[in-house]
Parts: sequence; structure tokens; C-alpha cells
Amino acid sequence: MGGFFSELASLATYHNIVFLAKGALTTIALSAFGCILGGLFGTLLAVARLTSGWLSWPLRAFALVFTEFFRRVPFLVTLMLCFFAFQFGGFDVSTLTVGCVTVVLIGTAFLAEIVRAGLQSVHPNQWHAAAAMNFTLLQTIRYVILPQAWTVILPPAFGFFILFIKDSALASQIGVVELTYVGKVFNNRGFSAGVSFGVILLAYFMLSYPLSRLGAKLEKKLGTSRTR
Amino acid sequence: MAHLELDKVSAAYGKLRVLDGIELSVAKGETVGLIGPSGSGKSTILRVLTGLLKPETGSVRVAGETINFDKPADIRTLRNRTAIVFQQYNLFQNLTVLENVMIAPIKVHGRKRSEVQAEAENLLEKVGLANKLESYPDQLSGGQQQRVAIARGLCLKPEILLLDEVTAALDPELVSEVLDTIRELAAEGMTMVIVSHEMGFIREISARVAFMADGKVVELGAPADIFDAPNQDRTRDFVGKILRH
Amino acid sequence: MDYTFQYGQVWPYLPYLIKGAWLSLQIAFLAFCGGMLIGTVCAAVKTFGGGFSRHAVNAYVVFFVNTPQLVQIYFLYFALPDLGIFLSSYMAVLLGMTLNAGAYLTEIQRAGFESRRQSEMEAAEVLGFSRLQQIRYVILPHVAKVLFPPLSNHYILMTLGTSMAAIFGVEELTGRAFNINSETFRSLEVFSIVAVIYVFVTLIASVALALFGKFAFRTKMRVV
Repeated sequence: MGGFFSELASLATYHNIVFLAKGALTTIALSAFGCILGGLFGTLLAVARLTSGWLSWPLRAFALVFTEFFRRVPFLVTLMLCFFAFQFGGFDVSTLTVGCVTVVLIGTAFLAEIVRAGLQSVHPNQWHAAAAMNFTLLQTIRYVILPQAWTVILPPAFGFFILFIKDSALASQIGVVELTYVGKVFNNRGFSAGVSFGVILLAYFMLSYPLSRLGAKLEKKLGTSRTR
Repeated sequence: MAHLELDKVSAAYGKLRVLDGIELSVAKGETVGLIGPSGSGKSTILRVLTGLLKPETGSVRVAGETINFDKPADIRTLRNRTAIVFQQYNLFQNLTVLENVMIAPIKVHGRKRSEVQAEAENLLEKVGLANKLESYPDQLSGGQQQRVAIARGLCLKPEILLLDEVTAALDPELVSEVLDTIRELAAEGMTMVIVSHEMGFIREISARVAFMADGKVVELGAPADIFDAPNQDRTRDFVGKILRH
Repeated sequence: MDYTFQYGQVWPYLPYLIKGAWLSLQIAFLAFCGGMLIGTVCAAVKTFGGGFSRHAVNAYVVFFVNTPQLVQIYFLYFALPDLGIFLSSYMAVLLGMTLNAGAYLTEIQRAGFESRRQSEMEAAEVLGFSRLQQIRYVILPHVAKVLFPPLSNHYILMTLGTSMAAIFGVEELTGRAFNINSETFRSLEVFSIVAVIYVFVTLIASVALALFGKFAFRTKMRVV
């Protein structure tokens, strides 16, 4: 046990701490990027799936296939597909870019389902009232449904963001320098696996735990507030 | 000349036939009451008239124009000519009373906010809610919410107002305030189709009353005939049961 | 993009991949069962238990839920040998996934326990049900119905999660994809086929679970 702490002390150099902090920042940035762009595209897909009429069936089909595909393929496999697609496509991009594209694809699929569930949580009466007053689908969603649905959408979306912080650990496999990769580097530099990955586990915990508490608070607050 | 005409209109939810060859016409400025047991198709007629349900056969004509339910433009026209007030009010919970009334004219019809606001305030005053403009629906009683819903419908300047059991969800002491509002509209010459279980009110306000059962109009006539001297057994049966209560 | 897909080289490996998928399903199933065992005990402790045991369970759940499964397995696989505990890569993955599942399933089941409806239990008590009968006829059917959809959902997520076993050299579906890739270098072909197999396998699992839930608990679950 004494060896553990002396090793920990020798790990705590200025450069290592900065390296660790940068890794943590990359982890957060990767998740946030996936959730923000994914939320945007996901909302579009959710709306696409609510369209009706035979003219828009290709739109619905695309949204369905996209969400089902990327929700049913493991993160690691999607990551490899993106990685090789860029490589064989002849695009010379950084691994970080590959990681970003991957999280946006996956984020879009999962957030599309969260947004769709939120939109559908609004009582059908509200849809009917808007339809009877000649609102278009987009007007109905923009002025009537989203203002009521966002309190339903936000807690699970935030939960997904926290989940993504941990799932994005897999990006280390293609060499994205995020938290898990930092742990592997420490380990390769001769620090024991216990110390290297122990520190990384702790770092993830310090990111995820406060956020999950915040998420729980958010859910409570939105759950009891009025639907406006 | 009839302003609104339904000609042999039939409709179904899946396999369940809910309207079966409906013949009904409403003249301009006329109030027609629809009565009948639950599930007889009264409210379904209103859903057809707002384009929420597409008839399988038959035709609907408004001001002489036949509505093609497969054409979005026709559905839009239909919805511009009619306004519906629902049993459950269906106010937008996220908007204030005033915004509820103004949103469709502004966003759907693209009218000027200042102009709409003046009208909306007038209408809300007319239904007795001038002091509730900034309230949210969940701060109002059922009767107040229903009057907001009527104002919201009127602000669309409909040619025909459809009222779907607008007092059914209200506590008894709140019913009269809503009925008073509707009475005023009838006196002003609004064309209305009213579905209601308030038999006394239907009798008083309607020019003609249609008794419906099993998706059909069983009997159509002046209120006095329907309520006092019905021709059909089913009408007599229904009216007898209702009036005994 | 002037890449030409050549699936011809990869097709012969299909039976090899399907055997890998079978191993993925086994890992997910074993880890889920182990996780259910841990989760049920921990959820019971969290709901009914006292002071210390509750804190211990809380610490376990909070730690595993807030750290990545991948790093947990790294720790088990690379750090435990320093303490004299040697796990095969398969065992490290299975243990990591089980512990991780235990934490998530504790949370899911606790929410289910808490959804017991007081009014129904009172009604059962007034009707003269014994405590055991209350559990048998009122609590269990309700809790099972509430829990089935989120548990099914987690099972699907766990099936996808098994793919990280590949990183430790376990030859499940993704691991075999890496193997074929290093032999044929038809990366996009291999991984796209593997992706479709995952979609297929989880879709079948979703449909089966939804059907089972419908008949056993009258739950309404949407597959897509």
C-alpha cells in the first residue's frame, strides 16, 4: 500500500496533471459535441418520423433506419466503421475528427428517440387543437409541442450526455487523447496499472458524479414545475 | 341556401363504422343541435368538419364548394372556415390566455400582432375574462378555460363554429356561464353546430335539432317536434329517458 | 471516394462471425444474470436495509455507475495481477460487465420497488390478504410489469456492450471482426457486416422480449 501512495506522488508532476486535465477536457468536449450536434440532428429526425403522407415516406424511412441502425450497433463498431471509412475514402483527418463524427452519429440516433418520446408525451388533444386551427406540423411543434415537451426531453437528454462521457472512453482505441488514453499512456510510461487506471477512474468519477447529481436535481425541478 | 351540407357521409375508425350515410345541412346564421346517445356519431361529425377525420364516402360542401379530403389545400380551406371548441378545452398549457387566443391568427394567418391583440382583448372581454389576459390555463376554472377556448375559436373569424360537448367536463355551477356566452353568439347570428347533453339548452337555442343513433341521423326537425312529438320510436325512447331525469 | 467494396473475400467468414455472435450473446446473458442477482440483493438492501449496509450498497452503485465500464475492466485485467489475482481476459470482461450491470440493475429495480402502490396494498390488506399473499398477488405482478421494459432495454444495451471484450482479445463478434480484418484488410466490409449482425441480433432480442412481456405481463413495448 505504501508503494501505491509513493507512486501516486511521483505521478503528480505538473506535466502529468496538465496532461490529465487536457484528457478530461477532451472527454467532456467529445460528449458535449456529440450531444449538441446530435440533439440538433436528432430533433430533425424525430420531426421527420412524425410527418405523414406518402410524399414524405423516404424521409420517415431514412429517419427510422438511421436511428435503429446506430442504436443497435456497438460504439466500438461504429467507431471502426468511421475510422476505416475516412481512411479508405482517402481523407486525411485526425483521430479526434473521427471520434467527433462517431459521437455525432450515435448521439443523433439516441437523442432522436428521446426527442420523439418527448414530443409524443404531449397530449393528443394539443395536436388536434393545433391541427383544427390550421397549424402546419412545424408550427405545431415549434409553438405548441416543444414548449411543453422540453421538460420531458431535457432530463433524459442530460442523462445521455453523462452516459456519453463514459462511453466515449472507447475513442481511446483509435488514439483520441481523452481520459482513458491518458491512463494507457501513464501505464506505458511505467506506472503500475493500479495507479494509472485508478487515477483515471477517479477522474471519470469526478466528472460524472457532480453532473449526475445536477441531473437528478434538474429532473426533480422540471418534474414538479408547471409544463411551461 | 345551405351554407354547410353533408351528403351521405360515412366514416370509420379502422373497422368500426361511426358515421353511416349522414345527411345534414346548416343554413347561414342557423344553429343546429345534435343529440343522441354516446357513440352515436355526434362528435364524429364535428371531427369530419374540422378535417381531423376523413370520410370514406359522401361529400361535404361548404358555401357550395365540395371539400376534397385528400387535398391539403382543401383541408386548409375547411379549417379556415370552421373553428371547433373541444370538450376538454385543449388550451395550449404553455401559453397565457391572451397568447392562446392570438397565436393562430398571428402564426397561421400571418396577421399583424397589434391588430390581433385588439380583437383578442375584445373577445376575451365579451366572454367575461378581461381580467385574466395574463393568466395561464391551469390557473383558471374549467368554465373560464372553456370561455377562453370559445374566444380562441372566434378569433379565427370562422363562418361556422362547432361546439363539441363544451359543458360536459364542467362542474354544474360553471355550466351556465358558458351557455350564456353561446346564447349571445346565437343572438348575433353565428352559424353553429352544437353537440350537447344539455337538452333544455339545445331546445332553447337550436333552430333545428338532429337526433342521432348508430352513426345515422334518425330524425331531424324543429326542437318542439323532436322533444314533444317525435316520429321515431328511438327518438321517443331517448327523449323520454332524458326528460324523466 | 473511389473505394470499391469487395464483399467476396469476407463472405466465407460468415459462419465464423456467427459463432462469435453466439459468444457475445452468452457473455451478455451471463453478465445480465449475475447483475440481476447482485441488483436484486442490493435493491432490497437499499429499499429495506439499515444504515451501514445501505451506505455500502450506495458506494458500490455510485462508483460503478459513474465510471466507464472499459476502464473498470482495464483495472481488473491489468491491476489485479499486481495483487496476485490473475484473471483470463474472458473472466475479467465477464466480471467487469457483471459488476457494472449489478450497479445499473440495482438502480432500475429500486425504482420498481418504490413504484408499489400504497392504495393497492391497503386494499389487499383490507380484503384480508396475508403479507405473503400481498407480495404474491399485488406487489410482484405490479413490480414485474413496471420493471420488465427497462430491464429488457438494459439487456439490449449490455449485448452491445459486450463488443468491448474485443479490446482484451476475447473472440466474440467484434473480436472476430478484428481477426478477419488483419487477415483480409477488407476493413469496411468486415465491420459493416458485423454492424448488420448486431442490428439483426438485437432486433430479434427486442422482438422476443416485447412478445414475452406482452404475454407474461401485458406490457406494451415498442420495438422500433
